[in-house]
Amino acid sequence: MEQSQNLSVQKPKAQNPRLRMLKTMLERLLQNKLAVFGGVVTFLLIFTAIFAPWLAPHDPTEQNYSAVLQAPSIEYWFGTDNLGRDIFSRVIYGAQVSLQAGLISVGIALIIGVPVGLISGYYRGFIDEYIIMRMTDAMLSIPALVLALALAAVLGAGLTNAMIAIGLVLTPNFVRLIRGEVLAHREKEYVEAGKASGISDFSIILKHILPNTIAPIMVQATLAIAAAIIVEASLSYLGLGTQPPNPSWGSMLATGQGYLDSAPWIALFPGALIFITVISINLFGDGIRDMLDPKMK
Amino acid sequence: MTTAQVKQSTDNLLEIKGLKKYFEVGGGLFKQKQQVKAVDDLTFNVKKGETLGIVGESGCGKSTMGRALLQLQKPTSGEVFYEGQDIAQLSGKQLRKLRKDIQIIFQDPFASLNPRMTVGAMLTEIVATHEIVPKKERQSYVQNLLEEVGLKAEAYWKYPHEFSGGQRQRVSIARALAVQPKLIICDEAVSALDVSVQAQVLNLLQKLKRKHQLTYIFISHDLSVVKHISDRVGVMYLGKMVELADEDSIYEKPAHPYTQALFSAIPDITEDNKERIQLKGDVPSPLNVPSGCRFHTRCPLATEYCKQVDPALEEVKEDHLAACHYTA
Amino acid sequence: MKNTSEEYQLQVRGLEVGFNNKKNFTQILNGVSFNVQKGETLCIVGESGCGKSLTSLSIMGLLPESGGIRSGEIRFEGQDLTNQSMKEMSKIRGNEISMIFQEPMTSLNPVHTVGKQIAEAVRIHRNVTKKEAYERVVEMFELVGIPSPRERVHNYPHEMSGGMRQRVMIAMALACNPKLLIADEPTTALDVTIQAQILDLLNELKADLDMSIVMITHDLGVVSEMGDQVLVMYAGEVIEYTDSRSLFDNPKHPYTQGLIESIPKLQGKTEELPVIKGSVPNPDEMPSGCRFSTRCAFAKQECFVQSPEEVGTEDHPVRCWMYSGEWQKMTPFEGGESNDNSSSEAVDRQPIRD
Repeated sequence: MEQSQNLSVQKPKAQNPRLRMLKTMLERLLQNKLAVFGGVVTFLLIFTAIFAPWLAPHDPTEQNYSAVLQAPSIEYWFGTDNLGRDIFSRVIYGAQVSLQAGLISVGIALIIGVPVGLISGYYRGFIDEYIIMRMTDAMLSIPALVLALALAAVLGAGLTNAMIAIGLVLTPNFVRLIRGEVLAHREKEYVEAGKASGISDFSIILKHILPNTIAPIMVQATLAIAAAIIVEASLSYLGLGTQPPNPSWGSMLATGQGYLDSAPWIALFPGALIFITVISINLFGDGIRDMLDPKMK
Repeated sequence: MTTAQVKQSTDNLLEIKGLKKYFEVGGGLFKQKQQVKAVDDLTFNVKKGETLGIVGESGCGKSTMGRALLQLQKPTSGEVFYEGQDIAQLSGKQLRKLRKDIQIIFQDPFASLNPRMTVGAMLTEIVATHEIVPKKERQSYVQNLLEEVGLKAEAYWKYPHEFSGGQRQRVSIARALAVQPKLIICDEAVSALDVSVQAQVLNLLQKLKRKHQLTYIFISHDLSVVKHISDRVGVMYLGKMVELADEDSIYEKPAHPYTQALFSAIPDITEDNKERIQLKGDVPSPLNVPSGCRFHTRCPLATEYCKQVDPALEEVKEDHLAACHYTA
Repeated sequence: MKNTSEEYQLQVRGLEVGFNNKKNFTQILNGVSFNVQKGETLCIVGESGCGKSLTSLSIMGLLPESGGIRSGEIRFEGQDLTNQSMKEMSKIRGNEISMIFQEPMTSLNPVHTVGKQIAEAVRIHRNVTKKEAYERVVEMFELVGIPSPRERVHNYPHEMSGGMRQRVMIAMALACNPKLLIADEPTTALDVTIQAQILDLLNELKADLDMSIVMITHDLGVVSEMGDQVLVMYAGEVIEYTDSRSLFDNPKHPYTQGLIESIPKLQGKTEELPVIKGSVPNPDEMPSGCRFSTRCAFAKQECFVQSPEEVGTEDHPVRCWMYSGEWQKMTPFEGGESNDNSSSEAVDRQPIRD
């Protein structure tokens, strides 16, 4: 919105619609207590991941053979594992891996899924119907973990490859979702009115349709972050994700499995954190969906 | 503009010849595809500077016709000549340029505006696309436009949900006007509005027409509204035009039995007990159009002949066309 | 008001209804009162947001959770419905008072045949076997003019046209011989030729079954076809109440006058329609005086400050200062254009002409 010199009416300051809209949306979000809780926990996790070196009392990879399989105590808050490593510190460093896995893999899925979904839904036709949709069908028919496992195995072990694999596995969900949204919106009268006004397809897709699909994309993205964390945990558990001795919640869970009887805390704490993270991000995502709903004034 | 003036001008802005729009529905492994004949062989002209009203009940194809004229839905066949140029043949850039001249206003003032764009952004985009005014003047141009349709210039910074239904319809009108069109198709443009607001918007449309020398195609199910605003009126039934005549002659002496029934069905607050031609049953499905005259299943005058032969739209008197074998 | 010695099917007195939102109570209906005699049709007419649908939902005891009746009474055959329990209300609903809605498709369950749905409704209120209930449905279908009723009861809602579905809804509403039928915009979604059929049907049924009808509509044309009595509502208040003939021949309230004038007429030709300027105010921004004052072409200074009482004759009460003794003494308004922004049409001091 550009301002010109010879304006008949000056833009009123207090009336900036974007600011007003943002304000009401924020108010709406703050009213949703569960979403606020989810948001706070998510923020704390991000904070923990960033400041892990300062927050962790011990080196997460340092082995202490004089303190193996110790129960939680003042020295070791969450206890120690079979190699005498501090579980509390490992959980804090593990947050880095898990959040990276969540954010980056979903980022990959968005980068591929959004444009493909937009174009496929807007233009329809043979490629949409018989190639893109059938491909997503095929991918969705294989369980996510199995597919991620296969891809990760092809790409090779390691966190980066695991994230790429997870991102690819999540992509068809986004393609389907966005395509569906586009199909719904392209029939709407405001899109027809835009076309009738001679606006180009590119503009219609980018300026008119995309902003109206942001809400479901956001929700799907938060759900996918949670899913990605679980898949990364599973891949690490199976040895295809983070490589030892680096900690990740999934690999810690895998180690703990062998000691469930004698030292349950090894699996308990990373397991609980995966649970809390997934729930918090989901709650936060639900809150964002409600916040972005234009029908709620 | 009076009807006498319209008659004098022989210029046709739009000439529609044999326009058809069929939709394929159903179909699958064991099912045969069926054809919905939404618009079936329409031929008529729109004169420069007139308001052509199109009335009909739901499913008669009047809205599909509007969209087919604009090429928002590609017609199955037929020609649409705009100032002598067949627009059914145009595509891409040429079509987009032409869309500057023909605009449409939709029924639902809630669905026809992008909920996530301010009115200003919406209108500026269109003005920019067609380079109506230099960049510097765009904002004041749009604001003048908003004032012209009876909104405040501050509406520029507002989102659609901040307006009432009537105001949103004014925004839609401003959007249509923004490109300085010659023809505006009003598709049930006032049907969703309350009576008092409807009257305001109708007056606005009339005022703008005079000021900008516009031509309207006014599509509506409401005969009183169409009668009020139109110079000529076409009545559609199941995808076909059954009657087309000057507003006064069609209301005074409707020739087609369907038109007669349609008029008699309108509740009239000025008359207590008026004679009503009760039509039997419902409009048949456009999937299964009756043979011969498509109105014969409900027509009080229908004979065996009507079941077999489809009547053509012919002149019953000067400038009054009707498609009926038994018209007076 | 009206003669109270007669026996009324429905009497509504001083009804105040509103909604609780986060902090406060927004009142929508403000002292709505009316009577419906046995075998009479009362039309409630008004534009969107006038509270006509809320009135009907209050009678049915179907207000949404956030809504509530603040005061007033709704007497059905002398019995106050506002303090009935949920259980007692559900006995009355569908049995003695029935309702039909605007969109018949959403009122019918798409996964059951129409016959099954109505038969079930019958069996809730009548102790009959399934077979007897079906017989009753066929009987009702015949009554409402559904062709080949014995076959049609096995249809699903989507297999019927809009007009047929509305007939099914009417059959369902009438299956238990209600004494009062509330029809909320029953023909708004229908085409004119089908609307004419349904209105005729309702008029016939009313005479045959001797029931009362409360008809909610925005369409004055429908009022002229249906109404014995008419209640005109504006912004949650009754502003005029009379029989339908006097309403059209001699409308008193400036709003009613404006409404009638602004409908395009089939006779004659006018270049410009008379309009009522502006639009209905939001419930939160009601004018402190007469609720119509901001749009009224006649308004005097006092109109903006003090709300008028119901005045006029017993048969034709109207809520407007113009018909009270004080009108002559009131100060003419000199403010020019009021602060309303939504209309560009200038209105001079002439009533309803612009």
